[in-house]
Amino acid sequence: VDAQAEGIVSGPVDAGIELESFLGAILAKYHYDFRGYARVSLKRRLASALSRMGYASLARLQEGVVRDPAEFAKLLDFMTVRVSELFRDPPYFRALREHVVPILRTYPSLKVWVAGCSTGEEVWSFAILLREEGLLERTLIYATDINARALAAAEAGVYAQDRVPLFTENHRLSGGRTSLSAHYTAAYGRVALDRSLRRNVVFSDHSLATDSVFAEVHVVSCRNVLIYFERALQDRAVGLFGDALCRRGYLGLGAGESLRFSAHRDAFEPVVREDRIYQKVAA
Amino acid sequence: MTATAAIGGDLGTGVEAVAIGASSGGVEAVSALLPALRRTCGLAVFVVVHQPRRRPSLLAPIFAQRCALRVCEPVDKDPVRPGTVYVAPPDYHLLVDHGPVITLSTDDPVCFSRPSIDVLFESAADVYRGRLAGIVLSGANDDGAEGLAAIAREGGVALVQDPATAAAGAMCVAALARTPAARALSLAAIAEYLHSLGPSA
Repeated sequence: VDAQAEGIVSGPVDAGIELESFLGAILAKYHYDFRGYARVSLKRRLASALSRMGYASLARLQEGVVRDPAEFAKLLDFMTVRVSELFRDPPYFRALREHVVPILRTYPSLKVWVAGCSTGEEVWSFAILLREEGLLERTLIYATDINARALAAAEAGVYAQDRVPLFTENHRLSGGRTSLSAHYTAAYGRVALDRSLRRNVVFSDHSLATDSVFAEVHVVSCRNVLIYFERALQDRAVGLFGDALCRRGYLGLGAGESLRFSAHRDAFEPVVREDRIYQKVAA
Repeated sequence: MTATAAIGGDLGTGVEAVAIGASSGGVEAVSALLPALRRTCGLAVFVVVHQPRRRPSLLAPIFAQRCALRVCEPVDKDPVRPGTVYVAPPDYHLLVDHGPVITLSTDDPVCFSRPSIDVLFESAADVYRGRLAGIVLSGANDDGAEGLAAIAREGGVALVQDPATAAAGAMCVAALARTPAARALSLAAIAEYLHSLGPSA
């Protein structure tokens, strides 16, 4: 963190007041509610935005984004985008194949919600996995995020080719049944996910902070999104997942996440504890 | 000569938390320090060691064998308890937020590292201010230099393993260059300092 941005990361008590005022202004002007976000990570993201966008202080940044929606779009990337990987954390996908897919096979049609999908790596991982398991044709994947630019990138499904070796290794470790290269085409230093994967994916704007449930689903995958929320907002999000899931539906979280501190912990039971796969308890 | 004498003054007073960062050669260095922590020290100890990203990590079980305190790999929002060692999980940044409470993040690597020592140190400095000791150990990069500077700026204790005694000295050299007031000590002297922390027996 450079000196210019330092004040926001470890500044005086007044920095807290400045931050709350900043979040209030963004809510009033753009209806994005970041007040429930984990402060320590939010402050790091904003410090990075300050130096990369060239503002001397949070107050200046506030003026800039309130005046100019294009500046706000840039800021939103700093505040929300999480770069992921195809099949990030392979044991999670392996556990899905072994413990969840056999149950999913028993349903005539399936709905999967990838919440907070950012630039789409998790979405395409699910699409490839479901295709390999012969389930994609009967599945609708809802991919949601609050950042329109991230959603557009997710929908494009184009990634830098230099990331492909990592994706390929992840996919192999996840128990992939096909060659990953069967699911993309490469050109000009980039790879584009196969168009046929997209027929079963719907991308839409949805906020875990302010929106409500939009469909009944069999699986919710929301990994490394809740870590950016304070406890109260985590509870709201997990409440939405519980409401969206069908009877005995599955919830997948990130390896560093847990329902241990959640208000909804009793609404779920672990299916594969070490891989953070939970199942909704029958009411 | 006592450890506090070695580092000059009563730096142990008021320290509630210790943040330790290590990279190449760091597992051995941390293993050498942990036995010095007394069971009754009441400290919260945060450890970042650069390691392969694959889970499960064996670091917490390895360190637990060497330590009288409870050692765990925390999950997000774990409340920070005194007398506990928190080891950063693989492929996550480990941060402390006001509460104090553990926060994890998958933000981009810092100094090519996730977990990053800088990220831990800067967040802990913000929470603990002058009640924090930061320790940079063996490593071959420059992670931890900015973070140790943040700890020193907040009035915390800044210690660095003497580069000449480290398996890889670059990280210690970088930390000392960025924070000239930090003390360069042997592992034995750092261990003695850690042993002195907490209520006297």
